[in-house]
Parts: sequence; C-alpha cells; structure tokens
Amino acid sequence: MIAKQVRSFNRYDAMVAMGLFALLYAAVHVGQGMFARFSPEHPPPISLNPALLPYYAARSVLRMFVALALSVAFSLVYGSVAAKNRRAEQFLIPLLDVLQSVPVLGFLSATLTFFLSLSPTSLFGLELASIFAIFTGQAWNMTFAFYHSLLTLPEPLKEAAAMMKLSRWQRFWKVEVSYAMLPLVWNGMMSFAGGWFFLAASEAITVLRRDYRLPGLGSYMATAVEQGDLVATLWAIGVMVVTIVAVDQFFWRPMVAWAEKFRTEETEAVVKVSSWVLNLLQQTHLLRRYFGRLAVGVGEWLDRRMTQIGEIALPEHTRLGLGRLTTFALITFCVYWFLRGVIIVVTDLSIGEMLRVVGLGFVTLARVMMVVVISTLLWVPIGVFIGLHPNLARFAQPLVQIAASFPANMLYPLLALVFLKTQFPFAIGSVIPMMLGAQWYVLFNAIAGAMGIPTELQEAAGIFRLPAKERWRWLIIPALFPHWVTGAITAWGGAWNASIVAEVIEWHKQRLTTAGLGAYITLAATKGHAAAIVWGITVMSAFVLTFNRLFWQRLYRLAELRYKLG
Amino acid sequence: MANRLVATAEQTALLEVREVTKAFPSPDGKGFIQVLSPLSFSIRAEEWVVVVGPSGGGKSTLLRILLGLIPPTSGEVLVHGKPLRGVHPNAALVFQQFALLPWLTVLENVELPLRAKGIPRLERLKRALAVIDMVGLDGYESAYPRELSGGMKQRVGLARALVVEPELLCMDEPFSALDVLTAENLRAELLRLWLERKMPTKAIVMVTHNLEEAVQLADRILVLGGLPTRLRAEIEVDLPHPRSPDSPSFRALLDDLYQWMTDPTRPDQKVVVATEISPQPFVPLPHARVGGIAGLLHILADVGGQIDLHELAHRLHLSIDDLLPIVEAARLLGFMEVKEGDLILTEKGIDWLKADILKRKEIFRDLVIQIPLIARIVSALRSTRNKTLPMDFFLDLLDEHFGEDEARRQLQTAIDWGRYAELFTYDATTDMLRAEE
Repeated sequence: MIAKQVRSFNRYDAMVAMGLFALLYAAVHVGQGMFARFSPEHPPPISLNPALLPYYAARSVLRMFVALALSVAFSLVYGSVAAKNRRAEQFLIPLLDVLQSVPVLGFLSATLTFFLSLSPTSLFGLELASIFAIFTGQAWNMTFAFYHSLLTLPEPLKEAAAMMKLSRWQRFWKVEVSYAMLPLVWNGMMSFAGGWFFLAASEAITVLRRDYRLPGLGSYMATAVEQGDLVATLWAIGVMVVTIVAVDQFFWRPMVAWAEKFRTEETEAVVKVSSWVLNLLQQTHLLRRYFGRLAVGVGEWLDRRMTQIGEIALPEHTRLGLGRLTTFALITFCVYWFLRGVIIVVTDLSIGEMLRVVGLGFVTLARVMMVVVISTLLWVPIGVFIGLHPNLARFAQPLVQIAASFPANMLYPLLALVFLKTQFPFAIGSVIPMMLGAQWYVLFNAIAGAMGIPTELQEAAGIFRLPAKERWRWLIIPALFPHWVTGAITAWGGAWNASIVAEVIEWHKQRLTTAGLGAYITLAATKGHAAAIVWGITVMSAFVLTFNRLFWQRLYRLAELRYKLG
Repeated sequence: MANRLVATAEQTALLEVREVTKAFPSPDGKGFIQVLSPLSFSIRAEEWVVVVGPSGGGKSTLLRILLGLIPPTSGEVLVHGKPLRGVHPNAALVFQQFALLPWLTVLENVELPLRAKGIPRLERLKRALAVIDMVGLDGYESAYPRELSGGMKQRVGLARALVVEPELLCMDEPFSALDVLTAENLRAELLRLWLERKMPTKAIVMVTHNLEEAVQLADRILVLGGLPTRLRAEIEVDLPHPRSPDSPSFRALLDDLYQWMTDPTRPDQKVVVATEISPQPFVPLPHARVGGIAGLLHILADVGGQIDLHELAHRLHLSIDDLLPIVEAARLLGFMEVKEGDLILTEKGIDWLKADILKRKEIFRDLVIQIPLIARIVSALRSTRNKTLPMDFFLDLLDEHFGEDEARRQLQTAIDWGRYAELFTYDATTDMLRAEE
C-alpha cells in the first residue's frame, strides 16, 4: 500500500489529546452523580449559585447523549425488523405512527412512578425517567428515517451485497446503515434539538404534590422560577444557549460534515457543511494512527465474531415457534394493559366527565390550529425573503437552528411573568407559549422551500415581469407548498405536545391556567389521577391521529403529486 | 454438427439453463405477465457468451436468474450439473451503473468481497492490490468512487468482480453508461485480459443491446426476442481476434444480427456458425467504352439477336482480339450471352437498347454499381466530406492488384463507365474524381 510517512506528535495531536482527557474526566465525574445514593423523596437541593451551572449543564448533556444512544440503538433494531419482516412490519409501522402521535409528556408522571420503583435508593430511577422522556421525543423520527432508508435501498446495491455474499453483520453496517447514515445523522440532529424540550420538562416534575428534582439545567431553571429569582432564570437561559451552541459545534457539525462521505451520487449537497472540529481531528497524526489501528483491530475482530454468530441459523420450526411465541406474548401484554386502562377509565370517570374532556380537546384543537395559521402568516413571508437571498440564508439558518433547539418551555415562566404583569387573558395568551416552540418548523421549511425554487423559474418570472402578487400565486406558493405541508405537520404535532406544558404556566408560586386538554392532563398528573391521565392522553392521541388521517395525509399526498419540484 | 456441439456442451457445461421461465405479477395486481418463455442453453468453459435482445426484453432478468439472484418461475439452473439454490457460489457480476459503495474507497470496495469470505487482512490487501493493478487503477486505492470518472468506476466494478477469482463473470451492459471512447478503450482492455488469460475466469456472460459490441467480443451470441422472450438464435462466432469492424465477415454478422432484431417474422434457428468471409476480389474490367458496347448491341439486334463471333469479326474487318473486350463487357453487364461461339442478345440487352437516353443511364447505373471496383470508388468518394478524391488515391489502391500500367487502364475504364452512369465525374485538369449527387 501507499507507505505513510511516520510523523511525530504535532500541535493538533496536543490539542485533541487535551480535549479528550478533559472529556474523559468530565464524563467520569458527572457520570458518578447519576448513581449518587439519595432517597428520591429527598433529592439533593438545587443550588442557584451560577458557579454550579457548568456542572448542571454537563449532567443535562450527559442525559441527552445517553438518550440519543438509546434512540439510535432502538432505531436500528426496530427499523431493521420492520423493514425485513413482512409480518412484523404490518404491526410495527402503525404502532410507530401511533407512538409518534401520542403526547408523551403526559405520561411523564406515570413513567416516573415506574422508574422510581426500579431504583428506590438512588437517583438512578429519576435519571432513567428523564432519559426515557427524552428518548420518546427522539426515537420515533429516527426510526422512521432508518426504516424509510432501508425501503429505498437501491436494488443494485442489494444485488451487489448478495453477489459478494456479505454476512448479515457486514451487510448491515457496510450497506444498510451506511446508506441510511446521512438521513440518520440529520434526523438525529433535529430530534436532539427537540429533545431539549423534553429534558427541560422532565428534570423537575411534580407528582402527588411532591417535587422531584434531578441536578440539571431544567431543574436549576425550575428552582429559580419557584424562588422568583429573575437573575438566576436569565443565567439558566444563557447557559442553555451556550450549551446548545457548544453541542452543535463539538458534536453535530463534525457529525454532519463527516456524514457527507455517505452521500450517494444521485443526490447533491445543497450547502457544503464544514466543521473546524472535524478538520482539527483530521489533522492530528499520531492520535489518528493509533486510534486508526485500534479501530481496525476491533473492527476485524468484531467482523469475524459477528459473522460467525450470524451464520448460526435456527431450524425453520424453531424460528417459526419463536416468532409465534413473541407475537403471542406481545398480544397478551397489550390486551392486558388495554383492559386495565379501560377498566380504570370506566370505573373512575363518569360519562359526563369523559365528554367534558372531549370538549376540552376541541378548545385545545382551536389553539393548535391558531398556532399553525399564525406561524404560517408570520413566518412564511419572512422565510421566503431569507430563502431567496442566499447570503442572508447562510447567515440566518444557523441562528434559526439554535432558536429551534432552545427548549421553549424554559421561556414559559418569563411569559407567565409578562402575562401576570399585563393581565393579558391567558385563554388566548396560551397560544403564544405553544407557538414558541412549534413556529420554527414552519420558518425552517419556508427557507428551505424558497432556496429550492430553481433559478431558471425565478429568472423566467423576472423575464415575464410578473407582478409580486402573480409571482406568489403562480410560482412561490405552489413551489413552497410541499415544504409548508411538512413544516406545518411538524408544528402541529409539536403544538399538541407543547399544550401539555403550555396551558399551565407558573412564576414564583403564581399559577396561570386555562381550560384545555393539556391543562387537564397536567393537573391530573400533579394530582396523580391515573384514570384522568389515561383518558386525557387517549383523547389527545385520537385528535392527533384523526386529523393526521383526514387532513394532513391528504394534503401531503396532494403536495407530492402536484407540487413537487424536480 | 449440431449433435457434436450438444455432446461437448454436456461434458463441459459450467452452467446450464433448463426450460427456465419467468412471470411477474402484473401492475394491476390481476394475473401475471410472462417475461421469459421456456429458455434452455448452457455456458461452457473458455467461452465468452453475449446475450443480445431488445431493451426491456428480459435480458437482465435472465442474467439474474442464472446468478440465482431471482428464482425462475419454472425450470432450473444447474451449476456443474447440480441445481442452483440461492446465489451462485462462484460467480461475480459487473453492473451497468457500477453499484459501488460510495462510502468506501477503491481499495475498500475491492476488498469487501474478500472480507465476506473471511480472508485475513494482509492476504486481502495483497489480493485486492494485485487486481487493482491489473485493471489499471494503480494509484487510486484511497480515492472514493465519486472522485472517479465513469470509466474508472467501471474499472473498480471489474476489480471487485475479479478479486474473488470467479469461475463465471457476468456483466450487465457494462459499457453502456460510459461515453463512446471510454467504452471502446475499456472493451479493448478487457478483451486483451481475456485473450491473454490474465483473468482468473473460466467463462464470461455479457448482456448488451449494442450489436457491434456483441460481434466484437463474443464466442457465441444468444439472440433473444419475441413476446414473451424466447431464444431466437444461437450464433457460434468463429472469427479470429482482433475483429475489424471494416472486415466483410464482421459486417455480414452485424447485418445478420440487425435482421434478427428488426424482423420478428424470421424463423428461429438453433445453431448458426458465422465464419470468416474472404474479401471480394477485384474482377478486372474489360477495356471497352460504353459507346462500343452500345454499338455491338445495335449490330446484334440488326442481325436478329444472334451471330457467330468469327463471322462478326469478319463482317467488321476487325480481329477477334479487338472485339473480345467489348464482348466481355457486354456479357459482364448481362446484355448478352456467349454460347458455343455465338453471341446472343438477352432480354436485358433488348430493354436497354429500346430505352431512351435517361432510362439507359439508369439501367446502366444499377448494373455497374454492383461491380466491385466501381462500388469501391463510389463508396470511397461518398465517405469524404466534399465527395472528392484525387485519382492517385485509387491508382495506389489498384497498383497492388494489377501493376501500374494495368491499374491506370482499369481506372480509365471505370471512369468512363462511372461517368456514363452519372455516378462520378473526373476533372482532368485537377486529376480529381468527384461523386455525383
């Protein structure tokens, strides 16, 4: 092979080595906290000393990454099974669709009780509950992305893998995961951004009038709000922004830049992503050599082992038997819990109460629709303006990305303060906190859509001297439509989820509530009213699913058929 | 002959396709579309088989069936006499669109099939590098496919196929995604590797819709066609390499293949052997002017269409030697026959005599264009941009056959006939020949 010149330790090596050491120490130090022995009933108090904020931020980030790792593992397994097993697919994909529509935030109190019972003597149970909440905010999207990639794996690549007689393990990594890498990374980045919202919501939870606090940015915020400490609140918001930017710079940008390698030739990169961190890593010599050698060694070993394991084929009847057993166990499990849920709801709630909750659903539905309409009217023109000016877009897109990543629920207390001071009617005002997180998807997609309008069409419109009104009618709106549908669906789902935390907001022992399904679920959770939680979430899921089927899917199909460019 | 071929086929068949059919579910979900009707043939060692047929005619499907990538609807594929289950154990496939993994370097792509075989790393590297060197990719080991041109990518595809030393190398339109020059180049290199036995491969099966490519490379051509697709002809190509596209045997086989492609009514043929055709020799032209020929025919007509040659010479006060070239020319053109010393006017001759001047030229043109020397002159002139060539060009050409003096005389006669037929003109001041429109 090409003989590589032996080079010595350079300054890049030194920089990266220091970075790695710091990361290792931080991980060990922060990680220890996860297993700290504390009674969950009396967690360590959260100090508002700003000097502790880096530690809290590190705890939060660690949680995020553990959840991300779990989400990736889940996506790979669930996605492969769904794509490769016809029978499983018929069951797994509709389930995923439902899971995606269920406002998981409502379950937080229920899952917390479960995880606390797993680890009663340490904070680990709380930790798991929080990680689980973040996981549920990330995993479904990524799983769909991976599943979809597997379905669209080009036939020649499949045939090439078959001709080369790759083992299952080799085919999985070298072909399938590699082919899905780009969508997985991009989706992971987007889901991770959404995950901050769940992090902030899950670090400080009140169940049965008892506060559970995990050391982290979210709980720091909650404590600051509780004590009415505006300075500490602003500190928390500032550190949150810094943390988001840092994770983006040190993790996601290098990942996205690296993932470019997996781009197939049919698709062209719209924007060339570069990362100074990745460049730095690639300029180290010694570290790259030793880590490279280590990676090759481990890779070879795993490859051999897993290929051997993959060759172990169970006899046909054993496989069929196992399949039936799994199906049976799953069905029994689902039926059991379904019946228990039905019994609790039916025995605890009156028909009138149940109908009242459906009525509340319509109130929240009205708010969610307002979120979509206002976001569209506000952000589509701005997005189009940005998208049609490439220089502005290059500058604006990272900013929008950070804004979208910032957990909107951390701003709710400040909104509460404003509403309390101005006496603004919260019944209408609660649309604002819901919009805070959801609106960015509309803006994002409007920018992307406008950037995607071919220059030829813009030039044609220019040559025909189309007036602005006609230009919007015949060019911009049709070209934007598929992007708008995607953005609006995401905003719609996000707003439903946000309604659970947005219809009840607090500042310093003052609580603002308004009638709505979200508020109903939150209040039921604080009271620990299981039947009300289950019924509330069922109704909300039904609303989301029904509208997805009746409205959004039709719009989406129309967009795909008529308005897709290229 | 056919029996002998079948007998040897059974002894050395690497692969045998027996009564294979394929049907796909129709798009409306009702019923099936029959793609292949029962097909049988075998692949023997040491041969390069090319499958040709119309596009969308199931060529690629057939290739995938014999590789075991898709199962046949009925019939079976035998590998060394044993029914094939799953993917062919000892074959490789080169894809039309390369099918390289874009995230792996050239070396990693070529190494991958060896990795699948569990070969240790160093051995893998050694073998992969040797094949990379063989296909002319030396120095590109660490490049990614996207950095390479189409031709280079297909070299990687070829290296990846050859690195496992497959017994059977299959290629699915391997050159059709490349530009003409690159394809030509790669084809020639591949053929060289095959002929010099540098490829560790016993047989090649290639699918193409490029008929010229088929004639260039094949030891045997399987012509597919019809609806559903069947084997219409099997042509043994017994032509030596290199095969020049200008050679008559190449042209003849190519014409034949076009016939198969364009004429669905042509009856199927089991085994056809295409052998070398020697180039048509120049028939020397008898030195007679058109006016002389016409005069002779008039006299013949006046005497009732038949006369003894000696008597004619006597009447005209000419020696037989003077008369003979004119007689020979008239006979060559089919205007008269010579039987037992008698000259006899033919129907064609009578027609020509009766015709007016324009019609005469037309008949004459149709006749002389079939004479090899004149045909060569016309096609050479027409192939140039301004339809013009110097007389010396043709003199040089004829020198080899006739010697210098005779060459000049041959050309003078050809010019006289060609002028009359309005096929070409001669400009004596510039010594140039020019084809007429």
